[in-house]
Parts: sequence; structure tokens; C-alpha cells
Amino acid sequence: MNAFLETFFKPNLIAQYLPSILKGVFVTIEIALAVVISGLLLGLVLAVIRSFHIKLINVFIIVIVDMLRALPPLVIVLIVYFGLPNVGVNIPSFAVLWLVLTLVLAAFAEEIFWAGILSVPKGQWEAARSTGFGFVGTLGYIVLPQAVRLTVPPITNRTVAITKNTALGMVIGVPEILNQATSAQSFSGNATPLMMGAIAYVLLFIPVVALGRFLETRFAWRRS
Amino acid sequence: MPILSIRGLRKSFGHTEVLRGIHLAVAPQELVFIIGPSGSGKSTLLRCCNRLEEPTAGVITLDGVDLMARSTDINAMRRKIGMVFQSFNLYPHMTALGNVTLALRKVVGKSRRDADAAGMAALERVGLSAKAKSYPGELSGGQQQRVAIARALALEPTVMLFDEPTSALDPELVGSVLAVMRELKSAGMTMLVVSHEMRFARDAADRVIFMDHGLIVEEGAPAQIFGAPREPRAKAFIAELTR
Repeated sequence: MNAFLETFFKPNLIAQYLPSILKGVFVTIEIALAVVISGLLLGLVLAVIRSFHIKLINVFIIVIVDMLRALPPLVIVLIVYFGLPNVGVNIPSFAVLWLVLTLVLAAFAEEIFWAGILSVPKGQWEAARSTGFGFVGTLGYIVLPQAVRLTVPPITNRTVAITKNTALGMVIGVPEILNQATSAQSFSGNATPLMMGAIAYVLLFIPVVALGRFLETRFAWRRS
Repeated sequence: MPILSIRGLRKSFGHTEVLRGIHLAVAPQELVFIIGPSGSGKSTLLRCCNRLEEPTAGVITLDGVDLMARSTDINAMRRKIGMVFQSFNLYPHMTALGNVTLALRKVVGKSRRDADAAGMAALERVGLSAKAKSYPGELSGGQQQRVAIARALALEPTVMLFDEPTSALDPELVGSVLAVMRELKSAGMTMLVVSHEMRFARDAADRVIFMDHGLIVEEGAPAQIFGAPREPRAKAFIAELTR
């Protein structure tokens, strides 16, 4: 029991590394927020573009989206961070992480929003069109509000899954939680900082999961 | 002078020709009732009238405006053609009033105040002003269909199309919807109704049309069509209905 506490919850190490872990928490929050906003927006925009059924554009979207969904995000992070400088493109590590995770989240979000758009019954389109709405008005006022509500649960799950990948920042030197924790661990030779990092992740993401559950019930409406 | 005129209307889905040359002229304030076996093209005919279904050939004019012309703004014309669907198709994320006023605000461009006033008047007309704040999921099928009628009515259409408006309703709820349709008829609305409600057709229709295999096979006054149909196919169909 004592050995367990010594390994994972050593008090003096907690005190020593709390500031750097907290710094990591803020970096993680920053990247996560930026990724969630830009990723979901881009995903929604792509799904809307796809609903115009322009064949060439849609093929392009589908290919890119499928590639982004198939590749492990770590692979993309490494290729962008270590590969692009060789062709003269230098992007700061923070931006690389944001960009890659945004694209990955957008890819998954596009598929989910698109499925949401498709799941709105044809009759909704017809009712809207029959009252004089054009395609864009129908999409904006009738279809998207329903599609987005339908997709709250899968979008929340996916968003949490992708934002957790901010931990990949460790391998390219973004000073987020895991990076702070692992460097503290190697300095101290003790797993306590890693445990602190784990707790920080839990504290950070539990509210997000809870928010998702709240939105799920808040946006549910009784189906006719 | 007909308000709605259909000439040589054809519609194919792939290789199947569903409408094979329909001619129909509807006079102002007339209620035309369309019957026929399933697959005869009744619903497709109705849906071509506002181009929810794109006709393959033919001319449709409403109030003298050619609906098929490239220069015609079909979205603007659709406001003049109210449509009521078998499955109501109310917007589930909006209240009854929200459903009725959405197009008034976002298509016609009325202020929320004006739209709400017009919307409440339309709901009043279908007897549901008390349910203005209810969501579709909280309403019975009959009430939902009346809200759908109010939604079409609020745009002050020239003609209204009813595509089997009572087919999805429990029998005890049919009466309330038919009562609203009777009121519309007596107020002078021009109506095209696809339905199996023969009693309603007998008392309210000016003309009954029997369709089969994409053609109008027989038409006439309700008493004649239901009492003494001439065409064998119409005879068989009506015998089956009144059995």
C-alpha cells in the first residue's frame, strides 16, 4: 500500500510538479477548444457542401474524409511536423497539432452530420419546398436543425475521442498535459506526475461527457 | 376560365410511365376529387401540380402562369399552391405556431408579430388556436393534420392539394380533418383531393375523377360516378369500395 502511494501519489512530487501539470492543462484546454470549434464547423460546412450533390466535389470530400478517418492521427502529426520542413514549410508544433486534429475531427463530424442530414425524412423537404422554401432555406431552417439534434450523441463521443488526442502533442513537443507529465516523470523517476496527468484528463473530460448527456436530453423532442 | 389547367401531362419514373397524358381544368372554387386504384398515378398527378415531382412533358398553368416555364419562379408559385400530405410532415422541432409561421417569416418576409397574427388566425380556422404552443409530438394525428392544413392555409393559397389527408389517421380522428376541409370548400377554396373518403366526396365534391394506369378514365358529378359509372374499370373499383 505504501509502495503504491510512493509510486503514484508521492506528496512532495505532487507539490513540485503541480504548476507544470497545470500549465499543461491550460495548453490542452486551448488546443482542445480550438480543435472542437474549428473541427465541428469545418465538418458541418463539408456536410452542407456535400448535400448540394455536386459529383466532383463530393468525390473529393469523400476521398479526403475517408483518408483522414483511416489514418492514425499520430501518423499525420508526424508526417506534417517532420516531413513538411523538408519542403520548406515550417509550422509551429502547436499549430500542427491543432491543424491535424481539426482535420481529423472535421472528417468524422462531416460523416456524422451527413448521416444526420440523410436521416431527416424526405417529407420534411417536401413540406418545406411546398411552402416556397428553396433548397438553402429548407436546409437551413428545417433540415439542419433536425439533423444537428439527431447527431448530438455521436458527435459528442467523437469530439471527446479526438480531443483526447491532444496528448499526441507530446511527440512533437507541445507542452500539453502528457508532455509535462512525462518530462516530470523522467526527471523524478516516479510515476506520480503521470498519475497527476491522468487525473487532469479525467477532470477535464468528465464535464464534457456530462455536457453531451445534457444536450442529448435537452435537444430531444417527442417523435410523432 | 379555369384557375388550374393541366394539359398533356406525362411523367415517367425510369421506363415506367406513371402519367400518360392528363388533361384537367379546375374552375375557381371547384373541389375536384380524384379516385383510382393504387398505382394509378393520383398522387403523382397531385405532386406534379407544384412540381414536387418534375413532369416529363405537358403544360400546367395556375392563374394564367405557366408553372413549367423557365422564367417562372417555382418557389414563389408554390406559395400559392397549398399542399397537405398523407403523413402531415410537420416540423417536429417547432411548435404548431412555429410550423404555421415559418414560411410567413422566412419566405414571405413578414415580421414575427404579423406572422404570429396570421398564424394564429390560421390555427383558429382549423380549431387549434389553443394548441399553438404544442409540439407535433404532443398532438394527435388529426390535430397534426389540421396544423398542416393551417400551415398551407396561412400562405393564402389560390388552390390546395390534399394527398390522402386522412389515410394515416385513426377512424375516429378523420371527421375533424374532413370538417376543416368542408369549411374550406364552403369558403370558396379551390381544392384537388386524392382520397378514399367516399362520403366526403358525395357531399362536398363538385366533380369526381377516376384514374387508372396514368389516365383519367371517367369523370363526372359524384352522384353519377358513384351511382352509375360507365367504364367497366370504374364500375369494378367503385363496387369494391362500396362493398
